[in-house]
Amino acid sequence: MLIGVPAETRRNETRVAATPTSVGQLCALGHEVLVEAGAGARADSPDEAYVAAGARIGSAAQAWGADVVLHVNAPTFDEVALLRPDAVLVSLLAPALAPELLDALVARGVTALAMDAVPRISRAQSLDVLSSMANIAGYRAVVEAAHAFGRFFTGQVTAAGKVPPAKVFVAGAGVAGLAAIGAASSLGAIVRATDVRPEVAEQVRSLGGEYVGVPADEEEQATGSGTGYASVTSESFDARAAVMYAEQARDVDVVITTALIPGRPAPRLLTEEMVASMKPGSVVVDMAAAQGGNVAGSVPDEVVTTPNGVTIIGYTDLPARLPAQASQLFATNLVNLLKLLTPGKDGRLVLDLDDVVVRGMTVARAGERMWPPPPVQVSAAPAAAAPPPAPLPPPVKAPAPGRRAALVGLAAALLFLLAAFSPDQLIGNLTVFALAVVVGFYVIGHVHHALHTPLMSVTNAISGIIVVGALLQLGHVSTVVTVLAFLAVLLASINVFGGFAVTRRMLGMFRRA
Amino acid sequence: MSASTAASAAYIVAGLLFVLSLAGLSRHETAKAGNAYGMAGMAVALVATVGLAWRNGNALSVGLIVVAMVLGAVIGIWRARIVEMTGMPELIALLHSFVGLAAVLVGWNGYLSVEGAPAGEAEELGLPVGIHSAEVAIGVFIGAVTFTGSIVAFLKLSGRIRSNPLVLPGKNALNVGALAAFAVLTVVFVVSPGLAVLSGLTVLALALGWHLVASIGGGDMPVVVSMLNSYSGWAAAASGFLLDNDLLIVTGALVGSSGAYLSYIMCQAMNRSFLSVIAGGFGNEGATAASGDVDGEHTEVTAEEVAQLLRDADSVVITPGYGMAVAHAQNAVAELTRTLSDKGVDVRFGIHPVAGRLPGHMNVLLAEARVPYDVVLEMDEINDDLAKTDVVLVIGANDTVNPAAAEDPASPIAGMPVLHVWDAGHVVVFKRSMSTGYAGVQNPLFFRENTRMLFGDARERVEDILRAL
Repeated sequence: MLIGVPAETRRNETRVAATPTSVGQLCALGHEVLVEAGAGARADSPDEAYVAAGARIGSAAQAWGADVVLHVNAPTFDEVALLRPDAVLVSLLAPALAPELLDALVARGVTALAMDAVPRISRAQSLDVLSSMANIAGYRAVVEAAHAFGRFFTGQVTAAGKVPPAKVFVAGAGVAGLAAIGAASSLGAIVRATDVRPEVAEQVRSLGGEYVGVPADEEEQATGSGTGYASVTSESFDARAAVMYAEQARDVDVVITTALIPGRPAPRLLTEEMVASMKPGSVVVDMAAAQGGNVAGSVPDEVVTTPNGVTIIGYTDLPARLPAQASQLFATNLVNLLKLLTPGKDGRLVLDLDDVVVRGMTVARAGERMWPPPPVQVSAAPAAAAPPPAPLPPPVKAPAPGRRAALVGLAAALLFLLAAFSPDQLIGNLTVFALAVVVGFYVIGHVHHALHTPLMSVTNAISGIIVVGALLQLGHVSTVVTVLAFLAVLLASINVFGGFAVTRRMLGMFRRA
Repeated sequence: MSASTAASAAYIVAGLLFVLSLAGLSRHETAKAGNAYGMAGMAVALVATVGLAWRNGNALSVGLIVVAMVLGAVIGIWRARIVEMTGMPELIALLHSFVGLAAVLVGWNGYLSVEGAPAGEAEELGLPVGIHSAEVAIGVFIGAVTFTGSIVAFLKLSGRIRSNPLVLPGKNALNVGALAAFAVLTVVFVVSPGLAVLSGLTVLALALGWHLVASIGGGDMPVVVSMLNSYSGWAAAASGFLLDNDLLIVTGALVGSSGAYLSYIMCQAMNRSFLSVIAGGFGNEGATAASGDVDGEHTEVTAEEVAQLLRDADSVVITPGYGMAVAHAQNAVAELTRTLSDKGVDVRFGIHPVAGRLPGHMNVLLAEARVPYDVVLEMDEINDDLAKTDVVLVIGANDTVNPAAAEDPASPIAGMPVLHVWDAGHVVVFKRSMSTGYAGVQNPLFFRENTRMLFGDARERVEDILRAL
């Protein structure tokens, strides 16, 4: 199938839906690729690179007229008109927020797959552009903040005096928040983060941040939370969260907010008073500016400075500010989608609507409106097809500590009885024996695995020590005993000399690089 | 200082030198010194013993000692010089059998010179005769089991008999019955020591040793060889009790615990208990899959394509198995390693603990082919890196790289630690055919999307790749 990659027309958009690398992967799936001239220019991917990877260069009309169109942003109505009625469009579509566009696509008769409607299940993670873009945005938010902040992020002790590290507070520890935490802490800042889900505390710590929770309500704890209504609890939670935000705002130098609720305006986290309480020179990056903003006073796509000298950054195009990286990840997500859609690797597109991932993304198909999709079934409903699971072997029981102690005790008692009723000579022998076994286990336990064969041949050689026993019997008056002892000496000597010689030979072969 | 205290002192020194010897083997850097300590200890012990015999003033016995030892030394060193590294398992097994036989002979001599001696000629003992008789019985028993067991292991490893397990009806009952009979015979022998009882006991032990190893398949040989190593040590220790010789006891205990520890490591690496190995859990070699439900398409590849893969790779891990020893491919593999390293590719080896027929077998083969030991890593050292590896070459290994062990709880080898080769970018499996490995379990690795099969003799295929490079 012919895949078209038109250039992006949205203002300030720098990304592109295919890179030379992804073009090569798409070709490997049996597709042809046509890229609009200059599509990758702002993402450091010149036309020649696409040609070298196996793509053709064409006009915008050709790219929009392909069998499959890959795009980053939702098409404009003019662009929808360029699509062939039987084409497949893959891009961000925001089907919930842009119903008119969806109507236009349905009317046009195209099949539309929304990259922002990928179901959030682990199998679909490799297609999830929201995650990959959020990751980039979180990183870039820290870079923007560092750029606007008039100080170091890291602390230093210099000849010119001590520099304290910057304190960064990240609100919301989703993909973007975690990326911001990682980036800020690797710049050397002290990073704190909060999230309404206390279970992310571990992830925050793993990236070098400190988790700040909303303190639990003491009264609620005390009365067993049986009385309050849900809304009341939520209100008291918000109140307690606001206290925590106010404390942090006074203390920190940089605040990055990432709080979003799907399908709703962004929650207001920092009020005007909190922003006013911040130190002059502080920086706030509101990553939710496009959805109404987490911070009072933030303006989408603008940098605002408050009267008390706090910079509020409201950029909504943070991923596009790293065009090459964003394009690469976006394009890879698209390649993964096309791998799913071309199972035969023969260039034939198969839209399997029984697959929850494909079904979830498909918002329009051949004039039919497919949005919203049925909810993803977490428990596999058509279980009848699955064969009954094979009976598991019964788990091997580890000996319980009690049983182990009993065994040790039993062995000790037996050994005691054996020794107590033995003559002195045997007791001496048993003592030597027991200690030698213990020494043996400890010494052997440290032997390097690669030396196990030499170990065996050395132990072989020294077990030839039995020659000593045979030697002591050799001078016996009885001829039979002497003959048998002679044989034993002969055999054991083979062992002694052969064992040491072969070990020497082996060890001589081991060498370092 | 009398002659006997001097000898005892020499024995203590020798015993400590043996401990130093084993301690030296814990690291590559000190391994040669360890071997030297062992030789020194043995020399001290021999000089002391020969000196003792000399003091007792028996020219004939000293003459016999010299003849026997020179003969033994010539044979031993000759074998050690010509043995091929692929033949190490056989040699080790054969050497075990010598210790076993020597222990049997020492035990018999103990009987003949005390209980079985003509009246008036019996040696004086420092302890009741009953205990001496029990020591004779135990020493002969362990020695005889070691002897025939090692002989069977040797025959199997050298391909002189088929390595399929011998399955007699009620074989576990046979083993347990033999042990019970041994206990009864020992009691009888203690009560009334007689030649017939001792002969019966010896024959019983010989038969048990034969049956024990005959019913274990070729792939479990690492465990068997370590087990026999352990037995040979216990046999020496038993002789030490018999002769009241602390050096024999110490050395025997060291060797015995060493072998036991190795068996334990091997069993752990297969996620099986020692008893299940002895009871012979797995079926025949190369048998059809027990559960043939894992089917799929495998993708074949040519040597040229593998060469291309390797040329583009930054990091390569080679996981060899017994198949590499069978095909004598180690030199070609070493040559491939050098060629790739010269091209700037990071080449390492990942060794599963039970790869081959002897603990550490693969390490010795690779060392012989002059592969530096610091690129040869243990399973645990390399498993985490496999996900970052571009290409894994699986040469003659099967069960040790089977993803079913990690992912399929119903698999017979579930829970066995394996090399996670499937995490790597590409896996190339060198194999003669699609037959199953030792455990008789189908390997889903072959049907994975990132796996390519390269059929044929491992050495020829590796040489083909070298030519293509």
